[in-house]
Amino acid sequence: MSERIIVAMSGGVDSSVAAALLVESGAETIGVTMRLSASGSRCCSLEDADDARRVAERLGIRFYVANYVAAFGREVIEEFADSYLAGRTPIPCVACNKSFKFDHLLERAKAFGADRVATGHFARVTHDGETGEARLFRAVYREKDQSYFLFSLSQEQLRAALFPIGEMTKERVRELARNLGLGTADKPESQEICFVPDGNYADVVERIRPEATMLHGDILDESGNVLGRHRGIHRFTVGQRHGLGISSKRRLYVLRLDPRLRHVIVGEVSDLDCRGARVEQMNWISGRAPTQTIHVRVQVRHRHKAVLAEVDAVGEDVASIRFSEPVRAVAPGQAAVFYDADHDEEVIGGGWIVEGIR
Amino acid sequence: MRIYLDHNATTPIRPEVVDAMMQVLRGEFGNPSSVYAEGARAKERVEVARGQVARLLGAEAADIRFTGGATEANNTVLFGSLAPGDHVVTTLVEHPSVTEPLAVLEARGVRVDRIAPDEHGCVSASELVAKIDDQTKLVAMIWANNETGSIQPVAEVAKHCNARSVALHVDATQAIGKCTVDLGQVRVASLSSSAHKLGGPKGVGALVCPGGWALPPLLYGGGQEKGLRGGTENVASIVGYGVACDLARTEGVARAEACGRLRDRLWQGIESQLDDVRWNGGPGRTLSNTLNVEFLGVEGEVLLQALDLEGVAVSAGAACHSGSIEPSKVLLAMGRSPEEARASLRFSVGYGVDESQIDRLVTLLCVLVPRIRKVSAP
Repeated sequence: MSERIIVAMSGGVDSSVAAALLVESGAETIGVTMRLSASGSRCCSLEDADDARRVAERLGIRFYVANYVAAFGREVIEEFADSYLAGRTPIPCVACNKSFKFDHLLERAKAFGADRVATGHFARVTHDGETGEARLFRAVYREKDQSYFLFSLSQEQLRAALFPIGEMTKERVRELARNLGLGTADKPESQEICFVPDGNYADVVERIRPEATMLHGDILDESGNVLGRHRGIHRFTVGQRHGLGISSKRRLYVLRLDPRLRHVIVGEVSDLDCRGARVEQMNWISGRAPTQTIHVRVQVRHRHKAVLAEVDAVGEDVASIRFSEPVRAVAPGQAAVFYDADHDEEVIGGGWIVEGIR
Repeated sequence: MRIYLDHNATTPIRPEVVDAMMQVLRGEFGNPSSVYAEGARAKERVEVARGQVARLLGAEAADIRFTGGATEANNTVLFGSLAPGDHVVTTLVEHPSVTEPLAVLEARGVRVDRIAPDEHGCVSASELVAKIDDQTKLVAMIWANNETGSIQPVAEVAKHCNARSVALHVDATQAIGKCTVDLGQVRVASLSSSAHKLGGPKGVGALVCPGGWALPPLLYGGGQEKGLRGGTENVASIVGYGVACDLARTEGVARAEACGRLRDRLWQGIESQLDDVRWNGGPGRTLSNTLNVEFLGVEGEVLLQALDLEGVAVSAGAACHSGSIEPSKVLLAMGRSPEEARASLRFSVGYGVDESQIDRLVTLLCVLVPRIRKVSAP
């Protein structure tokens, strides 16, 4: 009997092709669309679930909708809002990958008698034939690489993970979708965070935490001079230049957010440069923290270039980073993900930025 | 080989029904309103079916109006009898085809009292009739609930309604063919029925008004069904419905008893082999074919999907449009927590189910329930 594999189907082209490749490989493939939000958010709207269902029908595979609305609201959306209120710039996709695709959905896979979950991520995972140890790599097609969002997966999760399109270009994925007659072949890309379809984060934060609208505060320079007022620190992110609402001859950028005093601290672009960073909640892909200084490339935002750095593990949970060149806009709440220094390809580990060090 | 245990959702069409329908579909296309032979033949077919439905329900053929199903019958009564300012008493264990029209009417100014069930899913007749006041135009209640199978005290409520001259509408869709529904014994103003819940085709049902209640139509047209429902009769389906009713009448108590034996066998298997299970409703006043079980700590949606993958069809809560499952409002009304409601599945047996299928299901549950509990343990 062939292996039973669950594939997370969003209704988009990537996961549709991932499903098709699994079917082609001979696996007993079961498509699941995760319903994450009761309102019509992008990645799990009714239309997308219907798209996924049509693709599943076309592929001749079983298909289910999994209702995670309550848990997603609690574990991802509220967490997202609270993170902004705490002066951080969160990446909910990491939590979604870890807790939903490779936790809740993996749980469901096991309930179905399946051991593995496949997704349409642009990333690669390899499994050692003997030890079973999993290693995580960037997608071959760098432009679409999503390994940054997968850094927090544990060995157990990675051992259960399959990324069937990790070796392909986007064009190849679309071509395959068209050849397979999948209706989603030319569907536009989803770029935004799924529950913030219009990119307006502040509105979402204020809907979840209405008290946010009351938390006005001061905008200051680094010397403590008050330059203006703001309508809540959740409206700002480190490195931001627009929307400060103050007139100044200098171009001002958000340098830091102080949730306790509700201060937005601004300065010049050069003040954004950091020599290092401190990260917490470290995840080492191998499951073992290095015992000495390692040389890696560090990426501090999605789509940023990874720069050479030295990293020291401080216990299991914390790491300290020294960049080889200044890095701009190191924002608390974003992830610092470590890649191998030579090829900038294999994910070594990563953690959540607590502070940038100037 | 699939095992179908969702007979409260819909039933397989009985072969006798298919045969009768095919005869009409293949060779008898006449319009019952036409005066020539083809029309007369169709008309005769419809009237035979009307008699068959009436006989099953202990009603007169003249009391039966064919509709497009029970949802239409319920809508016809509710929208036809209630106006702003009126009062209606109903329950919290109604089908959406009653709750949704009432929500619309409530927004238009109809006063609605909804009686909660006890923990077994049954409402108290005395509690219900105590809500009747001078403005009460209608009492609308389900005969037996679709999710738990809980049988409601219709006869007792009917006595009070008749004494106080309040119209009683009963949605008997789920009860007919599974327990005794005899309008000769229980006097109601109106009753809804559906063919596909008792071995007939989808898209046909009836509104039965034993006292000759003259309701306005929802659909105006050619004046069919004595003016209650415009539109050419769905002759083949009506014929199938009639045959299904005939089968239900002749099989009668034996059918209910056979279902009861299968249902009890299932519960005994579950109860004796699995820990932390609870029968929502219990054996007391429940349709003999229905078993609603809470599997503590199990997400019903997951168990349902896992069972489907192994070839068994059951149901849980209410599927929303996207296909995901929301906790059952009926179980919530019975006092279950959302977690408990989500941990519940409905098994409903019927024609074609046998003991070996029940045993196969119990074996599967003994594998799947512990597996799901293990992987979802916090």
